[in-house]
Amino acid sequence: MSSKDNKDIDDVTGIDTTGHAWDGIKELNNPLPRWWLWCFYLTIFWGICYSIAYPAWPLVKGATAGVLGYSTRAEVAADITRFEEANAEISAQLAAADLSTLSENEELQRFATSAGGAVFRNNCSQCHGSGAAGAVGYPNLLDDDWLWGGDFENITYTIRHGIRNEEDWDARYSEMTAYDEILSDEEIDATVQYVRQISGQDHDATLAGAGEATFMDNCAACHGDDGKGSYDLGAPNLTDAIWLYGGDAATLEETIRYARFGVMPPWGSRLSEAEINAVSAYVHQLGGGE
Amino acid sequence: MSDTTPNSPAKGFLAKHAILERSPTLLLVSSLLVVTVGGIVEIAPLFYLENTIEKVEGVRPYSPLELAGRDIYIREGCYVCHSQMIRPMRDEVERYGHYSLAAESMYDHPHQWGSKRTGPDLARVGGKYSDAWHLDHMIKPQAVVPESIMPGYAYLLDTQVNAEYTADLVATHSFIGVPYTEEMVEVAAADVLAQADPDTDAYDDLLERYPGAQIRNFDGAPGVSEMDALIAYLQMLGTTVDFSTFTPDASR
Repeated sequence: MSSKDNKDIDDVTGIDTTGHAWDGIKELNNPLPRWWLWCFYLTIFWGICYSIAYPAWPLVKGATAGVLGYSTRAEVAADITRFEEANAEISAQLAAADLSTLSENEELQRFATSAGGAVFRNNCSQCHGSGAAGAVGYPNLLDDDWLWGGDFENITYTIRHGIRNEEDWDARYSEMTAYDEILSDEEIDATVQYVRQISGQDHDATLAGAGEATFMDNCAACHGDDGKGSYDLGAPNLTDAIWLYGGDAATLEETIRYARFGVMPPWGSRLSEAEINAVSAYVHQLGGGE
Repeated sequence: MSDTTPNSPAKGFLAKHAILERSPTLLLVSSLLVVTVGGIVEIAPLFYLENTIEKVEGVRPYSPLELAGRDIYIREGCYVCHSQMIRPMRDEVERYGHYSLAAESMYDHPHQWGSKRTGPDLARVGGKYSDAWHLDHMIKPQAVVPESIMPGYAYLLDTQVNAEYTADLVATHSFIGVPYTEEMVEVAAADVLAQADPDTDAYDDLLERYPGAQIRNFDGAPGVSEMDALIAYLQMLGTTVDFSTFTPDASR
């Protein structure tokens, strides 16, 4: 090993060595390649320029804002404004539109349906399903069996205020009674059989006959004497084959004993007027709109 | 060789690099110092800069039940698939709502921002779905979202929240700087039970301590289960800030 002051010049190449030697093999002390060195200096220069151009250096109270004035928040605001402006005219038209005459304006209807589809998939599909076929406890929106009404006005109201939620004072509200402690087990059994009778399912005719009186006394006020339900009270039609929670005897018994209390959040505070109209139009055209 | 050859020795300070290169320990210590400079410049200012956390209206410490739910969220590893940070981009804002603010996670120890979304972002999931939906979804996600790959968490119904442990949890958060008052810490155990039962006398007091807290029997079953706690936590996420009073400071 040679000291760094005492150069050990390699005889063959004439280049200084690092002084390291392994079994007589020495390492040449070649300088860094010029292109590499310049790239290295360039990155330092770039770093300095970058920190001047963009927000970077922390000072006493805040950080330097950068001479380009870049801001992610301003950028996203500008981005949103750009899209809103591009749609401003048709959105305003949609927000003010009378949905019942929507079909007369083909362009607006097309816009409403596709915008509404996007709103639906983002906000409604988690409960009502991405295809709007619903799930147990969450209504199917493809059929014409409505709880609170399926015309534009009712759909829009339901979307805006929701159902039985605590956030919106104008939310649709009704409360089914839990009959567990009001009716006897026999009366509940009989009512179950009666409901199965009016919905055209297999039933025990004797029990169903006995259940009719119980039904008329307790259930008909909301579900109607004919069991066809009421939009005003969100009472489902019990005479068809469409069930929100299930039409089998066990589920019917559970429903009668403990009642149901389906909640839908209000969307008026989350969606714009145009978006509410759009998603109403979308739901209305799914198949069951009245 | 003459001085003009490329291998002529560098002069002065720069020539001293051989000292570092020939002593591994010194090299290690010096590299650590260099890396530390980067760390200090990036992290230290966050502790004194006034604009690190904007002041916004409405953010409050978690109520005891929400805090218990947050612990369950962490225990079950929800953060592995769900983020809680809406980034300032149009598509994110369109889908999830206003981008997240630092103030919204100022009482999170640790924060749940996350960096991966197998499921959706949850920063503003509060109030978006009904309690019943959360319950159905926790028991069997596929019952309401057939295409979901989320596992079920039905067993959360089986375990009751231990109010005393939760009170300890509140005390711990208070110790590390979350501004719980002495009163809040004292009645924390009672508040756990009060938030899951809308019929107690503590209703108004609880709301006064934790404005905007939702007081319901979240899982519909008697008692305060871990499901109650988790749903209470999910239902308040992103709901505290009043954005009508918020003016974004662009140069942040």
